[in-house]
Amino acid sequence: MPEHIIEVKNLVKKYGQLTAVDDISFNVNQGEIFGFLGPNGAGKTTTINILCTLARPTAGQATLNGYDVVRQQNQVRHSIGLVFQDSSLDDRLTGLHNLRFHAMVYHVPVSEREKRIEHVLKMVDLWDKRNKFVRTYSGGMKRRLELARGLLHYPKVLFLDEPTLGLDPQTRNHIWEYVLELQKREGTTVFLTTHYMDEAEKATRIAIIDHGKLVAMDTPMKLKRMVGKDIITVRTDDNTRAAEDIQSRYQTEVRHDGDHLAFAVDNGEEFLPVFIKESGTKIASISLRRPTLEDVFLKLTGREIRDEEVGDSIKEHLRQRGGRMSPH
Amino acid sequence: MDNLIGVYTIWYRDVLRFWYDKARMFSALLFPIFFLAIFGSGLQRSIGMMAGGVDFIQFMYPGIIAISVLMGAFMSGVSIVWDREYGFLKEVLVAPISRVSVAVGRTLGSATVATIQGIMILVLAPFVKVSLSVWMVLALLPLMFLLAASMGSLGILLASRIKSTEAFQAIMQMLMFPMMFLSGVFFPMQDLPAWMSFIVKINPASYGVAAIRQVVLGNPPESPFSIYLFGHAVTIWENIMIMAAFGVIMTILAMWSFGRQE
Repeated sequence: MPEHIIEVKNLVKKYGQLTAVDDISFNVNQGEIFGFLGPNGAGKTTTINILCTLARPTAGQATLNGYDVVRQQNQVRHSIGLVFQDSSLDDRLTGLHNLRFHAMVYHVPVSEREKRIEHVLKMVDLWDKRNKFVRTYSGGMKRRLELARGLLHYPKVLFLDEPTLGLDPQTRNHIWEYVLELQKREGTTVFLTTHYMDEAEKATRIAIIDHGKLVAMDTPMKLKRMVGKDIITVRTDDNTRAAEDIQSRYQTEVRHDGDHLAFAVDNGEEFLPVFIKESGTKIASISLRRPTLEDVFLKLTGREIRDEEVGDSIKEHLRQRGGRMSPH
Repeated sequence: MDNLIGVYTIWYRDVLRFWYDKARMFSALLFPIFFLAIFGSGLQRSIGMMAGGVDFIQFMYPGIIAISVLMGAFMSGVSIVWDREYGFLKEVLVAPISRVSVAVGRTLGSATVATIQGIMILVLAPFVKVSLSVWMVLALLPLMFLLAASMGSLGILLASRIKSTEAFQAIMQMLMFPMMFLSGVFFPMQDLPAWMSFIVKINPASYGVAAIRQVVLGNPPESPFSIYLFGHAVTIWENIMIMAAFGVIMTILAMWSFGRQE
């Protein structure tokens, strides 16, 4: 048993002039949920593609389950399960056929095949739909089928590349229930990329990647502690005066965010009553926010990962589905 | 052993898909029948009896068998491009089977489907007053399979190079129509203008058509329907050799090209 289930050393991937992955190194522990966070084009998918043998690294090394991802491709492929951003099902066959195909190429023993297929299909609530053609499935059902398929051969590592992108919240929750249950019961390592911060919170550790470089890696808790303080957002009658006031009285930097002011304090809950009492300007609204991974991301990269990013990525997603598949 | 299972699985999926795609099965039959009915009925009278006491429909019929095999085989390339478009190719490429197994499984799968389509045309023999013996059918099966496999690997070779569906379809049309119409299906080889005769001779499909015709009509190599290379009438075995050589080269290129994709 290797010490780390995934070991990545000085990995580089270039596409012509473009450096998609720029000298990154990290390890993933057995049984953890490892989150990969970053904007589009940061190098998340490229890294995953290298780890699951779909792309060759330009330089550096990576091993998975102790196998080299370049020299021992078949062993690596046996060790992993994948749920892609884009559907990779055969929609002209039934759900059952898709799983049988998968079981055959992954050498699931014939004696166990049907039992396991039944098990995973029941787990994702698709047993009743098993004989329906995949093209009649909804988006959520397809993703659940992919998840079931990814688990069929008991992979050591399950890669989830934006597993819930474009799905409704209810389906997202469902999918997460399955994944967490599996991780707990089978000890499967989960390697996750996501845009959704609440999903990233579920990770044991998070690596933040930007412009192909790893900018931070830690538990969500510790990352948030890095940003440190609680954020107070306030709107007053006279924001300019209030900003000066806050700056001088509490020695903290105030940021203008539309018609709101935002600043950081150590202990927000105790600070609020004091602040309201002491404020020289009339407060129209006030809110307290604990740091989120979003703030961590903003601090580390100077950019937001929020809604517009997700919007873009859905557009990108649709474009890719409609047009040709991207080369990486 | 792993590779054999891989080849079998890929082959099985192709056949299964064909089985469930009744529309494709039907349209595969329809196109050749149109050709037989329209060209046959339209030209039958004005052409009259051809060499060896064969009428035009009987002359065309073996070629129609070849055409339906050809079209079925080209589908293998199209389906790889579709698989890429719909994402399924990714599932295949990360599976623990070698790229070579994938390419071989694909070639055999589409060749099987194409052969089945050819067999469906064989059923029409009584309607065009061609009598087929059991031996003829048994000889036709490997011939159709060989033609399908060599054309199928050409399709796979192209599909592994050309990534966009639009470009692939454009190139397929550009290739398929000349290959169909300039393969000696619709007219005998004698008295063709030099340029046309040249194209027919470099078209690998022509040798498949010629071989199938030699089996179905039983015509000797010196018949006017044969292909003449440098004054020599190509025999059935030579036709088969040429087709096989083309198929082997295409298969090697297809495996090499498919194996290199990222």
